[in-house]
Amino acid sequence: MSRRKVTVAVTGLNNIDSPGPGIPVIRGIRESADLDARIIGLAYEHLEPGIYMKDLVDKTYMIPYPAEGKDALFERLMEIHSKEALDIIIPNFDAELFSFIKLEKKLAEAGIKTYLPSIQQFEERNKSNLSAYGDKYGITVPRGTEVFSIQDMNNTLRSMNYPVMVKGKYYDAYTAHSFEQAASYFEKLTAKWGFPVIIQEYIRGTEVNIVALGDGEGNLIACVPMRKQYITDKGKAWGGITIDDDSLHQLARKIFSLTKWKGGMELELIRSSSNELYLIEINPRIPAWVYLAVGAGQNIPEALVKLTLGIDVKPFTRYDVGKMFVRYSYDMIVDLELFSRLTTTGEL
Amino acid sequence: MLIKENIALSENGFVFNPSTGDSFTMNNTGKEVIMMIKEGKDLNRITELMAEKYDVDRNTLERYLADFLNDLNVYNLLEEEK
Amino acid sequence: MSKQLFERPTITRLTPGVPSKHGAASVIAPMPLIDGVKVDDLIDQFGSPLYIFSEREMRKSMEEIKRAFSVRYHKTQMAWSYKTNYLDSICRIFHQEGSWAEVVSGFEYDKAIKNGVKGENIIFNGPGKSASDLEKAARNGSFIHIDHMDELFLLSDICNSKEIEARVALRVNMDIGINPRWDRFGLNYENGEAWDAINRIMINPRLKLMGLHTHIGTYMMSTDSYRIAATKLADLAYNISVKFEYYIAYIDLGGGFASRNTLKGAYLSGEDTTPSFDEYAEAITSALINSRIRPDKLPTLILETGRAIIDNAGYLAGTVIANKRLSDGKRATIIDIGVNILFTAFWYDHKIHPVNSHSGLVEETAIFGPLCMNIDVVRSSLMFPALKRGDRIVITKTGAYNITQSQQFINLRPAIVLIGINRQVHVIRQAEILDDIVKNELIPDYLA
Repeated sequence: MSRRKVTVAVTGLNNIDSPGPGIPVIRGIRESADLDARIIGLAYEHLEPGIYMKDLVDKTYMIPYPAEGKDALFERLMEIHSKEALDIIIPNFDAELFSFIKLEKKLAEAGIKTYLPSIQQFEERNKSNLSAYGDKYGITVPRGTEVFSIQDMNNTLRSMNYPVMVKGKYYDAYTAHSFEQAASYFEKLTAKWGFPVIIQEYIRGTEVNIVALGDGEGNLIACVPMRKQYITDKGKAWGGITIDDDSLHQLARKIFSLTKWKGGMELELIRSSSNELYLIEINPRIPAWVYLAVGAGQNIPEALVKLTLGIDVKPFTRYDVGKMFVRYSYDMIVDLELFSRLTTTGEL
Repeated sequence: MLIKENIALSENGFVFNPSTGDSFTMNNTGKEVIMMIKEGKDLNRITELMAEKYDVDRNTLERYLADFLNDLNVYNLLEEEK
Repeated sequence: MSKQLFERPTITRLTPGVPSKHGAASVIAPMPLIDGVKVDDLIDQFGSPLYIFSEREMRKSMEEIKRAFSVRYHKTQMAWSYKTNYLDSICRIFHQEGSWAEVVSGFEYDKAIKNGVKGENIIFNGPGKSASDLEKAARNGSFIHIDHMDELFLLSDICNSKEIEARVALRVNMDIGINPRWDRFGLNYENGEAWDAINRIMINPRLKLMGLHTHIGTYMMSTDSYRIAATKLADLAYNISVKFEYYIAYIDLGGGFASRNTLKGAYLSGEDTTPSFDEYAEAITSALINSRIRPDKLPTLILETGRAIIDNAGYLAGTVIANKRLSDGKRATIIDIGVNILFTAFWYDHKIHPVNSHSGLVEETAIFGPLCMNIDVVRSSLMFPALKRGDRIVITKTGAYNITQSQQFINLRPAIVLIGINRQVHVIRQAEILDDIVKNELIPDYLA
């Protein structure tokens, strides 16, 4: 059987020390036995490493930041579409998802498919709505409050015990042990991600994460839990191992069947010292460690592409338990000429 | 007025300064001006040529050329005047 | 051969995080025309800076909001929020569109009457009504929205001593799950103060309870907050009907709908994130329809939407005065528009367009006003094309609050023009002249 030709545009090529999911997603797609993919990178910054990984990314185009508005993004995507005839776009940044969800229909009309949650699904799992999410679906979550000012935060912190988690609207989370620390994180987070900042109860325990894929009908197509083995100073997994724990699968099944989530998702959980499972965050996209799932037998990026194309995908039933990933960094040598072409023409 | 000899200048307006590692982009008029400097034209000649080509009064042109040259200086792209 | 348009030469250092022209070109499109009228012509004729309003956009927004609510709910009444923009011509356009007047001071009340609004079509809000304001409004049959207990007692005394009646509504504040909470206006729902006031009004024969009012905040990006607020007010209305067998005439959900501006500190553009009128309407009307109020007794829904209707219809055009380079290497462009006439620059990252075309290459720029004050910053940082002295710019979405909150400071305030439906341009307020500022001043004899 010949492999199906497909042109897939992917964002999140920032394969840096706190990597975006773009490159692991592409590796999954490249390893598919059924797909013959041309990969178009979509980059925000000139130094996203994926741009220069020519064996993985066929061509890259610069696109405007989400903050510039979805119309600017759409216009640029249409320009790229006219040259590349895109079949699919896989957005990989939390901050851009809002724009892509809003553009879903217009993109579909132009012939570009996406596989994304609805705006309601996207909003309700927002960090700032996590408490309500827990109540609605009967899931244990840490107590959290949105704060809009230092004063607000001061009021909130009075009724809490340190340490607390201080989290940005889209990304970044810090553990604060004092009000002064919390205040400095507050400034840092608002400067980068705007308001609000979320103050969350700190749960002591072991962190486990789940990468999962839903079909929008309530079915869980893929689900691989991972225990972080080594965490960087930015809170990212540098090493992890697949684990087998039925309560994790049950939780994922419950969330997907209740919310009918469509697309990739990462669940961040903490098993507390009293053995209770807390959901601390839901990321609305595939995480950067997804290649561990691929290596363990669930090629989630490939499944995502197939679902997007409308190909029937049977739910995965197994994966290798005890598979590990160890992340490493690698210095590529890049010609100035390439950089110059990218900065002056916006494509490479 | 001379552009430093080792400055790499590409057709599409990309400038690289090998001694500092900085890179730059220019708009079209910036590119034209820097090309003329590279060709050895002096400021008077450049002003003349630009005034012929563009719809701009002399004062404005001189003011913004001076501004641009100042930028080149700030960015360490010009040879120091002897 | 005709000469080419000159753009000042620029060179920009590449730093990580700065998008190139391929990233951002389309967003800083030139804006040579507003409603088909040349901005250059307007400035040539009326001066720079210049406030410009588009009647077409005002009427279009009104149509959209009226349609969004009327298809979902049997009876909606708009009330023009005077404080958002009380230029008489602007108010009259909205009154023509069927809006009542919503005023918050005696000054605004008199303005509404002068604009031909009937007393019984005026909603009188605000915490600062004077005794004479209250008496006038009561005699005219206006809806007086009680803000605090002291006002309730004052109005009651006036009605008793003058032997007149008043039509009142109660402004209620409540917890709708958002921060910051607006609890300084009206009487609180949760602590029972609102219900206490309702009891007092219901037993007072001179006061007639017409409605319930809440105004949950400003620039509300969450439609869910409106759903909660509408549900709580409907509950209150239902409880009144149970206790007093009395049905109130209206529920007033105030204003607060966001315009399409981007708030400072927001990561995504307001153009993308601001809910549509349909989304607001769906949240509010479904809460009312699903309430326990008998369907044949559902109250009129009143909306005091100001900003979301007028912001997009207002423009502020101006001129580049100078360019400079700051100590950190960043570019600064000085324009003739200061924060005294663009108060919203403190809250919004306003979008700024050059009037005429440019190459598309942008650099990080700060935009300053002409005020000789450190706070006079229109945008502290944006990617902006290389404009030169004399080039013109248009700042969009400036229609709300900028006229009413502008202050005269070191310069005279500019003229205001309205582009009519037929594209005719009308001056609706002349540029200030020196005499406007000094005519009320008095000089003691010994300084004369």
